[in-house]
Amino acid sequence: MLESEAGAAFVLAGGTDLLVRMKLGHIEPALLVDIKRIPAMNSITHSARGTRIGAAVSGAELGEHKAVARAWPGVVEATNLIGSDQVQSRCTMVGNLCNASPAADSVPAMIAAGAKAVVVSRTGRRTVPVEKIVTGPGQTSLARGEVIEAIVLPARPARSGDAYLRFIPRTEMDIAVVSAGVSLTLERGRIKTARVVLGAVAPTAVLVPAAARAIIGSKLDEDALHKLAAACSAACKPIDDKRGTIEYRTKVAGVLGKRAAQIAFQRAGGA
Amino acid sequence: MAAVLVSTTINGDAVEFACPPQESLLAVLRDRLGLTGVKEGCGTGDCGACSVTLDGRLVCSCLVLGAEVDGREIATIEGMAENGKLHPLQENFIEHAALQCGICTPGFLMAAKVLLDRNPQPTETEIRYALAGNLCRCTGYDKIVRAVQATATELRQLEKKKSRRKKSKKS
Amino acid sequence: MANDPSYTKQKLKVIGSRVRRPDGVDKVTGRAKYGADHNAPGQLVGLFLRSPHAHARIKKISTARAEKLSGVKAIITSEDLPDLTKGDTAARDILENCMARGRALYDGHAVAAVAAVDEQTARKALKLIKVTYELLPHVTDVDEALKPDAPVIHDYLYTNGVEPRPTKPSNLYNVAEFGHGDVDAGFAQADVVVEKSYKTEQVHQGYIEPHACVGSVNPDGTGELWVTTQGHFTYRSVCANLLGMDIAKLKVTSSEIGGGFGGKTHVWIEPVVLALSRKANRPVKAVMSREEVFRASGPASSTSIDVKIGAKKDGTITAAFAALRYQSGPFPGAIPGMPWAAIGAMTSFACYNLANVKTLGYDVVVNRPKVAAYRAPSAPMIAFAVESTMDMVAKELGIEPLDLRIKNAAREGTRACYGPVYGPIGIGATLQAVKNHPHMRARLKKNQGRGMACGFWFNFGGQTCADLNIATDGSVTLTVGTIDVGGSRASLSLIAAEELGIPYKQVKAHIGDTGSLGHNDTTEGSRGTFSSGMAIVFAARQAIEVLRERAAIMWEIPIEDIIWKDGHAKARGSKYSRLKPLSLADIAAQSPSTGGPIAGHNESVPDNAGVSFASHICDVEVDPETGGTRIIRYTVIQDAGKAIHPTYVEGQMQGGAAQGIGWALNEEYIYGDDGRLQNPGFLDYRIPVCSDLPFIDTQILEIPNPNHPYGVRGVGETSIVPPLAAIGNAISNAVGVRMDHTPMSPPRILKALEQLHAS
Repeated sequence: MLESEAGAAFVLAGGTDLLVRMKLGHIEPALLVDIKRIPAMNSITHSARGTRIGAAVSGAELGEHKAVARAWPGVVEATNLIGSDQVQSRCTMVGNLCNASPAADSVPAMIAAGAKAVVVSRTGRRTVPVEKIVTGPGQTSLARGEVIEAIVLPARPARSGDAYLRFIPRTEMDIAVVSAGVSLTLERGRIKTARVVLGAVAPTAVLVPAAARAIIGSKLDEDALHKLAAACSAACKPIDDKRGTIEYRTKVAGVLGKRAAQIAFQRAGGA
Repeated sequence: MAAVLVSTTINGDAVEFACPPQESLLAVLRDRLGLTGVKEGCGTGDCGACSVTLDGRLVCSCLVLGAEVDGREIATIEGMAENGKLHPLQENFIEHAALQCGICTPGFLMAAKVLLDRNPQPTETEIRYALAGNLCRCTGYDKIVRAVQATATELRQLEKKKSRRKKSKKS
Repeated sequence: MANDPSYTKQKLKVIGSRVRRPDGVDKVTGRAKYGADHNAPGQLVGLFLRSPHAHARIKKISTARAEKLSGVKAIITSEDLPDLTKGDTAARDILENCMARGRALYDGHAVAAVAAVDEQTARKALKLIKVTYELLPHVTDVDEALKPDAPVIHDYLYTNGVEPRPTKPSNLYNVAEFGHGDVDAGFAQADVVVEKSYKTEQVHQGYIEPHACVGSVNPDGTGELWVTTQGHFTYRSVCANLLGMDIAKLKVTSSEIGGGFGGKTHVWIEPVVLALSRKANRPVKAVMSREEVFRASGPASSTSIDVKIGAKKDGTITAAFAALRYQSGPFPGAIPGMPWAAIGAMTSFACYNLANVKTLGYDVVVNRPKVAAYRAPSAPMIAFAVESTMDMVAKELGIEPLDLRIKNAAREGTRACYGPVYGPIGIGATLQAVKNHPHMRARLKKNQGRGMACGFWFNFGGQTCADLNIATDGSVTLTVGTIDVGGSRASLSLIAAEELGIPYKQVKAHIGDTGSLGHNDTTEGSRGTFSSGMAIVFAARQAIEVLRERAAIMWEIPIEDIIWKDGHAKARGSKYSRLKPLSLADIAAQSPSTGGPIAGHNESVPDNAGVSFASHICDVEVDPETGGTRIIRYTVIQDAGKAIHPTYVEGQMQGGAAQGIGWALNEEYIYGDDGRLQNPGFLDYRIPVCSDLPFIDTQILEIPNPNHPYGVRGVGETSIVPPLAAIGNAISNAVGVRMDHTPMSPPRILKALEQLHAS
């Protein structure tokens, strides 16, 4: 259906972005496909081998899944930061991803977690790392007729933790000015693997390997944190806009990277 | 696009309506069904004045399409008072002066009701975050939070009384 | 004297009790009807086409294609409206703001309007209207607009208030000066002089209900307007004047109003909606979108301010000076002869007893929406500047900021910086209350700081007309022409009950439409409870005269022998001992046979609304790494004169403080270089949400207004004045940076912190 529509065609999951764009007159869809009643897109499956979250699962539903929240607190918290309780009842991770805003809350956390998107079309199914989906503000790598069916999170090794933090001027209802997601695993008290991702500091969320390198092998001491912050700030290519300045975003990216790493470290059982 | 025929339940009553597929639930409720207690403050999900519940979950009706609610259950402010009796939240909003101009009040009441249904003993912080999706420009939220706290206390006492009565009946 | 407004010190029975408002049930059940909740038979939907440009010549508007669209019933451009270019300039400016004539003067300026059978059709029609613009240079910043090379917005605007009259037009349209004494001599005597410049960005009232109305004009020249407004009588006369209608033939009904704060004192879409209805010969309903509210209603001025204060070592202020530059959008201020900077200048040092003071108000036009009143209009910005500077003076002198204020506080007999000599006032009492408040002694943690600041507002009386009617069962109807946004129906009912000596529940207050009362000025200047309250007092006293007359008829005794006490007519003297007192209901029941309905009425212009002062205390916590600021604790202390309904007075104090907090921390209009507003929505125009605020503690002081029978002063506005400076002072005490620009947003605070650490 999506493939054959000649006009502007959109997938409707929670609608919390799509309906706003329709209201403001930015888009006039010729076709809307509501996916909320498709069973495969509507469920969460969680096992020792990994977690699969359907594209139509709302933020609130994800937040209520205790096992997922225990395994991936950062991912769940990030998703639960999208909008108000009203928006949580409707919004989805996949919608957040496909809306392709550089400031999307769930995306840095998903990338840090090594999440993959299950992309389906009439002709088949492929699995793509989340960081390959968004190519720029409002732009994705999805081809016409392709939709994301689910997000898959890998199995969680022991002594792992993740965290997501964003800076907003108010306490709620804002879009992230800067954000940071960190996921890491410990071995004998030291960080063995880590992924550090920043949001709202570039056209897409950015994975910062240098920031991960800064803390791998460490016990997240002052020196490692300092280097992590510096690497985060160095990875920023932000813009000046109504939500923040280049200077501000660059500085605070380091601060949030540091703080998110500390939380993730603690969650992994680090001391 | 042709109009969509929708059968749904609103405040316990079966309702049918037809609307263009791109029309919001908010517009349906207000303009087609006369439920103008549901208010529009922004149309973009930022103010919460249009809050209703959809299958028990709190939503901004401006961010839901009318066409999506077929077979669902909707509750609006018009259904909050039951059997001619105001809900304790409604009573306390009046008593504690939790409203000034009143335009945001229906949305706050819906949000507060969902909160108390799920969490009968919320902390002040929990109340404040649960209501953060509802903007009020008159009150500074002080008396709204107090009205919700007072209602929570009242409802808990009511529950205690009920369970005591049940116990005494059993024994 | 029945109409004597002076303070009577009478013992009060029901006033001061915390009763439930009569419109409460309607408002918690969704039954109350607001601006957008009314529909008229056969109504059309009205929509506006607005300029995307900050300043542009409108070369051509082509509506032909839109007119041909099926379902389009009327299209209006300035061509369809009277040309007032050569007429009354105030009316011209109002109309030109509602519909651009020749030039679009700001992003959002209406250039055409459509009435069609439904919203979809109206939207399609807007897209079919073709406007050819020629872009003109624009200016949106108040300081930029004053530069010699700035684009001059109007070639007909010459600075008023300077001698000799300028020979060239400019964006500076008015200069006003206030003060007394000799400031130069005063500064020469000072041991310490502090000078500082400030900027405050533009903010919006942020009422949750957008502007909405249903207008209907008939071919016979009569019409009706249902509208959310603070002043339906003013809307009536303005609309009738602009459209050439007889004032009395237009009936305006004020709906329940979902917040106004000054923003609904002025017409925006209403005259055009009536014009659309007249052209289509059908009722037309129009509701602004939130984006339109931000772009095209009336926010407050953005400002640029210089303050200079000199003081002796003992803390005595020897001189104070302020220069205020306020922008008012593309048209001069709403009150003729009283533009926005002038109002700000008058309030600047009103809290203090000064021998030498001078203030200058510079009013400026820019390419932004026309400025409207916002709660104590013009006062919060200058208070931010003055009260921040006061803390800096205190620091220089090594005196507690509170003590500096107490030492220099205005008192009875002080000549205010704007001229008059004060009667009994409350500034000293609020400051003493600050000193005694436990908040001042609470412990602070790391990165936390405490600040305080004062605020002043004039308050206003204005033309008022009210009715009090007694039904045959003794229940009482009040009809008033001021609107109710915060429970004034309850307050006015309390006043009627007090005067008549009956229970509150026996009284029901209504807001009358323009057909049911004489003219009432707009509900602004915190005048609702003050002036309608006063009118109700006098109307009740008039009704009591009638009640006594009727009792005299019933008893067949002289009226002189009858007194009114505790809700009863009582015959005076032992010869009447057999006469049992008659209740109001007893007399009302007999009214059909004793002379007909019993009523009281009053029309008046209550002056001397009683100036009001507030002092606020605020604790903040600043995150030094992000510049994020949280309000930890907040206390408002304000003089209410007399709190008729204390809970609702507290509500005004809390609401004002919350708006001031939003102004201080996050709210601002952000314009791009293209002159377009970048954040016309509640997502990026960040008003405080519930989780941003703590409980806001209140303390009501009652220093009676000698010019009101119960001592009432206006209470609605004053508490938006102190928060900006209270928070600025708290931030300074928390992390050592002096903020001179609102909003004190995280990027601004972080930048200031970095500069502090670099130096």
